[in-house]
Amino acid sequence: MSTEHTDGQRTIRCLVAKVGLDGHDRGAHVIARAFRDAGFEVIYSGLHQAPDQIVQAAVQEDVDVLGVSILSGAHDTLVPKIIDGLKKYDAFDDTLVLVGGIVPDDDREELYELGVAEIFGPGSSMQDTIDFVRENAHQR
Amino acid sequence: MFDEEDLAEIRAERERWESETLEPFLEKGERKDEFVTVSNHEVDRLYTPEDVADLDYDEDLGYPGEPPYTRGAYPTMYRGRTWTMRQFAGFGTAEETNERFHYLIDEGQTGLSTAFDMPSLMGIDSDHPMSEGEVGKEGVAVDTLRDMEILFDGIDISEISTSFTINPSAAVIYAMYIALADQQGVDRKEVRGTLQNDMLKEFIAQKEWVIPPAPSLDIVTDTIEFAVEETPKFHPVSISGYHIREAGSTAIQEAAFTLADGFAYVEDCLDRGMAVDEFAPLLSFFFNSHNSIFEEISKFRASRRIWANVMDEWYGAEAAESKRLKFHTQTAGQSLTAQQPLNNIVRVTIQALAAVMGGTQSLHTNSYDEALALPSEDAVRVALRTQQIIGEESGAADIVDPMGGSFAIEKLTDEMETEIMAYIEEIKEMGDGSVRDGVLNGIPQGYFHREIQDASYEYQKRVDAGKEVVVGVNEYTIDEETDPDILKIDPETRDRQLNRLERTKNERDDTEVEATLEALSEAIDDGENVMPSIIDAVKAYVTMGEIMEVFEEHYGAYQETASPA
Repeated sequence: MSTEHTDGQRTIRCLVAKVGLDGHDRGAHVIARAFRDAGFEVIYSGLHQAPDQIVQAAVQEDVDVLGVSILSGAHDTLVPKIIDGLKKYDAFDDTLVLVGGIVPDDDREELYELGVAEIFGPGSSMQDTIDFVRENAHQR
Repeated sequence: MFDEEDLAEIRAERERWESETLEPFLEKGERKDEFVTVSNHEVDRLYTPEDVADLDYDEDLGYPGEPPYTRGAYPTMYRGRTWTMRQFAGFGTAEETNERFHYLIDEGQTGLSTAFDMPSLMGIDSDHPMSEGEVGKEGVAVDTLRDMEILFDGIDISEISTSFTINPSAAVIYAMYIALADQQGVDRKEVRGTLQNDMLKEFIAQKEWVIPPAPSLDIVTDTIEFAVEETPKFHPVSISGYHIREAGSTAIQEAAFTLADGFAYVEDCLDRGMAVDEFAPLLSFFFNSHNSIFEEISKFRASRRIWANVMDEWYGAEAAESKRLKFHTQTAGQSLTAQQPLNNIVRVTIQALAAVMGGTQSLHTNSYDEALALPSEDAVRVALRTQQIIGEESGAADIVDPMGGSFAIEKLTDEMETEIMAYIEEIKEMGDGSVRDGVLNGIPQGYFHREIQDASYEYQKRVDAGKEVVVGVNEYTIDEETDPDILKIDPETRDRQLNRLERTKNERDDTEVEATLEALSEAIDDGENVMPSIIDAVKAYVTMGEIMEVFEEHYGAYQETASPA
């Protein structure tokens, strides 16, 4: 499979990751499939990954987009660790970090300040998520 | 249910109605080309006696409290007493959850239900590196018997029935509850409650595990065997479709995979030489109730009928209690929206009503703010009041199987039974005639994941395309600031829990800890029932993580092989 699009842009590479102990993976699977159907290259981390394992995978796979799915409420601890890890490997600046799951309004600002590009809560449409990635992935 | 002559007349009349009355109307068209349930199951415009022509009243429906239990598990249903209103609760430390328990008991709740935090659910201690950020979130943290003592402080466990929503580490929690009964001087035979302990659905849907499927099943069967001998009023496993549905399955898949799991446990117990009528009465079920009210009612009725017939025909059950499917229901968490959260109260009401009309034995109604965060006290109260209004004001509790005999409900019940059985037969085929082996084979082959993922992806596509309307999400939207009163977990929860764990570890007798862990290891080696050794260990304040590590050393940690389709 060619990784070049006709417009010369590289196919968008995404890592869809489940962090922490939370096993709710319906959203992660749905979005992984939607990304794939949209023509992105998708890697799925599997369940129960530590933040460092996700950082390693993102760096090694040289992804453009890292979608972190978390529904356990531990986003305030785990997402900062992932972002710190990406920075440590100099990978933060060219990775679009998205969070999917249940994030209370009060916690959103904090995640945006850390550098999360967008948070997709329950009820987000697959198309909106895909459009967001298309518009922003190569800006990074 | 009708003789040929009546049916012929009904058919002739229907044909006349179609041409004279219906067709002129259809020129205006209908709202949609196709009307389907939330599970994408097509429903007809109208159901008539023709749809139930093949139904044999005595054989297919019968009377409530008798096989095949289509019309209800018990003869008087809610006229005797209403279902158990069981709200799931648990957050932070044991002290905080204990406080919520006392609050719920004071509000009139008749059964307790415990939610554990992720580390406890995964069988690791609060001081494990993977526990960081998760201690006391989504549920209560339990590391040792000390936490359980605090959790039930001031509660006489002979007076209450408690449900424990926990799986890979369920045997440890069960052992702690028995240890607590021993401490309180309560006869083990009087201990009442339910352990979720359904490992098969973990591998299929919820994804909480420690060791691989086959040895996980062994431990479940140990707990069933132990319950039969020691705690006959305690349900050692709650065979769960809830999580299968939440993972995105259809109603038919939910019922089919759950019943298949149930038959797998039955076969495993039979293989141990246990008598079906001794253990089957202890098995109970846990289903989801979603928005399509008629589909849900039919699912509950069809499931009862299948369980009764299969237990009789395949496994030789004779006791009524072995064939009587009893179940808990929770309204569909996945159906709740973060947008316009008060609308969720209405969704929960519809789902709860379906569960009641479907004959549930107990019910948890979700709180309207759950798509945003952990439920607040006000939201929990409204959820409980929803059940009380259905029970006390609506009249739904006054007639047994009120939807029975509806042409639509009976037809849908039949259709679901046929489709559920087709799945069960397919699974049985995958195990060369054994449902248990079919389930154990289907897990690593990704069979269940594929089936569920296909259904959930299809659903999401229908929502995105606007074919499936979700009020407040893809239609009837408003610009809003969501600012509900949301429960926040005190960030110091983890520190307090870690302090207690450390203190407990310092105070316990290390020789006893070593000895009980060694005894557990030997019991596993010798293929003995592990429950007595786990009880000894928890009484010595061995931690949950230490106990689960013994199993992991023997069987290795499970890694999921299937990835998204």
